[in-house]
Amino acid sequence: MKYAGLLVMPAGFFLTVAALVLFPDPAPRAAFVLCGLAVEALGLAVAVRGHMEARGESRP
Amino acid sequence: MTPIAPSSIAPVMTDATFALCLVLLLLAPLAIAGVALINTGLGRSRSAAQSLLGNLAIVAVTAIVFALVGATLAGAALTGNPLGTLGSAGHTFHLAGKPWNWLGAGPLLLRGLGSAPLQSQLALLFEFLAVALAALIPWGSGADRWRLSAGCAASAVLAATVFPLLAHWVWAGGWLSQLGVNFSLGQGFLDPGGAATVHVLGGLSALAVVWIAGSRKGKFPKEGLSTALPGHNAVYALFGCLLALVGWLAFNVAGAILWLRAPLAALPVTALNTLLSASGALAATFAVTRIRFGKPDASLCANGWLAGLVASSAAAGIVSPIQALFIGLIAGIATPLLVELLELAVSIDDPSGAISIHAVAGLWGLLAVGIFASQPGQLIAQLVGIAALLGVILPLVYLLFWLLNRAVPFRVDPDGERIGMDLHELGGGAYPEFVIHRDDSYR
Repeated sequence: MKYAGLLVMPAGFFLTVAALVLFPDPAPRAAFVLCGLAVEALGLAVAVRGHMEARGESRP
Repeated sequence: MTPIAPSSIAPVMTDATFALCLVLLLLAPLAIAGVALINTGLGRSRSAAQSLLGNLAIVAVTAIVFALVGATLAGAALTGNPLGTLGSAGHTFHLAGKPWNWLGAGPLLLRGLGSAPLQSQLALLFEFLAVALAALIPWGSGADRWRLSAGCAASAVLAATVFPLLAHWVWAGGWLSQLGVNFSLGQGFLDPGGAATVHVLGGLSALAVVWIAGSRKGKFPKEGLSTALPGHNAVYALFGCLLALVGWLAFNVAGAILWLRAPLAALPVTALNTLLSASGALAATFAVTRIRFGKPDASLCANGWLAGLVASSAAAGIVSPIQALFIGLIAGIATPLLVELLELAVSIDDPSGAISIHAVAGLWGLLAVGIFASQPGQLIAQLVGIAALLGVILPLVYLLFWLLNRAVPFRVDPDGERIGMDLHELGGGAYPEFVIHRDDSYR
């Protein structure tokens, strides 16, 4: 689960780069950059969740 | 007060500016000393010598590796045009008709250093100090269980690969610094004091280390809340904060000279902003911990002060003093709450609080630059930089550390953790004339 989250995060980055290339207008560009950051946040949340589950299983 | 906008034309560095910048860079290692003391003070007494020796070893390793490999990949500096937004030698590809300068191509083994322009030499010195500070940050998070050899190996990886990549993107004409030229996003990604290249990189590396090495034994028992393992020396941590202030003033003012090309008249404001940000953060953390626990908490106040300094790294040369104070206040409020949240809710054992201090406060400082900057598109440029840090740098650091952990295991064996890193790795303790009390969690 941690690895899945970490794999999602670059997808968010590519979304922000795509926003730069595809949208010259500020409004849609900003919206897509924010979407990219939201995807990264989602990936980070999944990775953190994976860490928490792993910790719960390995507690002494 | 009008925020200081970076100039797009680099003036020739005068002798006075060169001398000032050199003196500042000679003071900047005090930031390294401060962070080293904080790392040691917030760790346990039976690992203090290993911690401080580790800080020293990491500085040495990063200097050597950056000289051999990193400076070339950072594209720094010795190519005659080090000053960020104007571009320097690098590997470039074209996408949608725009050049994407993604990796530096500087001379090998610092060739030509003596004959390089003065500002190029200073920029290189800045990067040497920055990479040492960045590599120190995760060392504090891995305290009491991260082996010295593994810490040095991880520092070498950072100095050889990730730091040069990021430093090139931000400081040496890489694609982030060119966002203003290529996509009309303000002045491009701005990070004159190293909030991204030093602190967010260090904080995210700390997160990777904590994930890979795991928590200290006994930190998270099966039942109940986490066990408090307080730092062994609050004096080290608090004195480290004072040392760090001097170093941060030097880093931020030198960064404003080198990467923003700020005029001399703008430098006192940059220094004042650094102090105000740290002061606001300390005041906020003091108040939050006073309200939360009934009394102010010394180690969390140290964390808050440092978070204010970290947030100022991005913003001190760009915002007004009142804005700097506000940035520090937010950092100071967030830091103690985040430290508690990460430990209690997310089960992250971070003895030095580096993830909250360096990663989160650094990201906040970078965002604040976008919020307060007057140029249109600056906020988007800052957000793209933040997206690169979270979407590329964190997964890359985790991957590299995960691979490294296969070759050089990060975590000390259980016996080493039981007797302490000093005895296990060095054969002697930091305080041989004092009796170190027995740890109840190992009965």
